[in-house]
Amino acid sequence: MTGMWAIIRKEWKSYFVTPAAYVVLALFAVIAGFFFYSMLAMFVMQSLGGGGMFGRGGVDAQTMLLQPFFFDVAILLLFLLPMVTMRSYAEEARNGTLELLKTVPVRRLEVVLGKFLAAFGLLILLLVIAGLYVALVAHYGKLGFKPVSAGFLGLALLGAAFLALGLFISSLTRSQIVAAVGTFSLFLLLWVADWVTSYGSGHVAQLFSYLSITSHFRNFAQGVLDTKDLVYYLSLIVGGLFLTARRMELAE
Amino acid sequence: MLEVEHLTRRYGPITAVDDISFQTRSGEILGFLGPNGAGKTTTMRMITGYLPPTAGEVRIEGMGLRRDPLAAKRKIGYLPELPPLYPELTVRDYLRFVARLRQVPPRERNNAVERAMGRCALSDVTGRVIGRLSKGYRQRVGIAQAILHNPRLLIFDEPTAGLDPRQILETRELIRSLAGDHTVILSTHILSEAANTCQRVIIINRGKLVAVDSPENLTRRVKQTDTLLIELRGAGTAAQALIAHLSGVSKAELIGEQEGIAKLRVESKDLATREAISRVLVQGGYGLLELKEVELTLEEIFLSLTGSSLPAAASA
Repeated sequence: MTGMWAIIRKEWKSYFVTPAAYVVLALFAVIAGFFFYSMLAMFVMQSLGGGGMFGRGGVDAQTMLLQPFFFDVAILLLFLLPMVTMRSYAEEARNGTLELLKTVPVRRLEVVLGKFLAAFGLLILLLVIAGLYVALVAHYGKLGFKPVSAGFLGLALLGAAFLALGLFISSLTRSQIVAAVGTFSLFLLLWVADWVTSYGSGHVAQLFSYLSITSHFRNFAQGVLDTKDLVYYLSLIVGGLFLTARRMELAE
Repeated sequence: MLEVEHLTRRYGPITAVDDISFQTRSGEILGFLGPNGAGKTTTMRMITGYLPPTAGEVRIEGMGLRRDPLAAKRKIGYLPELPPLYPELTVRDYLRFVARLRQVPPRERNNAVERAMGRCALSDVTGRVIGRLSKGYRQRVGIAQAILHNPRLLIFDEPTAGLDPRQILETRELIRSLAGDHTVILSTHILSEAANTCQRVIIINRGKLVAVDSPENLTRRVKQTDTLLIELRGAGTAAQALIAHLSGVSKAELIGEQEGIAKLRVESKDLATREAISRVLVQGGYGLLELKEVELTLEEIFLSLTGSSLPAAASA
């Protein structure tokens, strides 16, 4: 466990002595803030206009404000998290520090978990920023506790799954660019996988729909917790971490 | 201390390390000598647990690396060819991080870090960011990292590569001072380095162990005569004849002459012969500019020990 804590501390130090973490945090705060403000402005206009535009009865902060905001944050994570994970292993391989990590009396899994938890900590920081925006609205209006917490749980799981997969891809290469592009492409594929259902059906379409990270996120964004979705994200996380640990044992 | 038995590593059809076995004696400095690509780094990587061997066994104080990797790794300090440094961390932060990874107990951590920094003369740069340090300092941080937890076995892969002459001397001195308390294995492709620093030398060629012996014995096994290089002002051919007639000189050849300065290569038996050569030259009125012994190169020792032509990798 000392080994894992050492890795977590070192990763955080590295995040914050280089501009990397600040850039990610600042970009996230600005872009998520813009999304949120736009969402809110539209929502206010809809409310004043009686919500006639969509032909619905009333306006509901859950469907019109929170749900799209959660999706926007998820997309933002899709863009930003590859930048967090790309250096994790690729840089160690290039610096030669992998040789240190593999020859100290620390289990591979501790190293992988340490790196994952450090990145997860940064993700939580991002979600806290997003939470501030939501809290602002909750302060002036009414937002249910359950849909809000379900949405954030969904974001944390989705982000964690991205991080675990990103770690694995970073462990496959020495180049940060390759790691970033590979990770981003994989995320994008997982994101659009359920498009298949709009033009196809049958087993293949079902499989793609199951693999899609979007279809599992929809329930969370709507404030619904489903074991199926939990299992999906947890298996991505565990799978990604396991593969990374295996890769560490075999790789040079 | 360290026992290596039948260690082998294959990469597909290529055998990088082929059935190497040896043992270290407690407190000695053991040199790994071989040309680039001979398998030195691969062997060290297998001893430190970085690379799993294809076959064979590594034991550190009786502890099998394969059976209990964590316990075995605790006894090793390792400086890879490229020092494993994080350029964004300060020297002290980096060493604290490594101390945690090496399971130094929390109470002793600060002491261990300060001691390692003191020993490696890093006290001036403790708060500096590693990425801004010179290569010599970085190498010392690498060594500090390896000795931090006071391990029984230290493994240094080419510790002096790329350093300037003064840094090379300092590094050698540091390594020599570590022996005794620690058993040290270091790799090098420079014979004189092995001769200066190590009590015993293992010669590796093409993944195979060629010889294990003290540097003196190895040199003795190979050379019967000293090769001298002489530079003098005067007629080359006449000087050559003069030297060739001395007893104890088995061969004298003129290898170059321009602008009145001649260069000769002479095979001489012993020191007395060398004195005789300088005496006859001075008495003969030649301006003796230089008389030096040509050190045996690793390549020559190799040729002699392996009795074969050099592998392609060695000439590179």
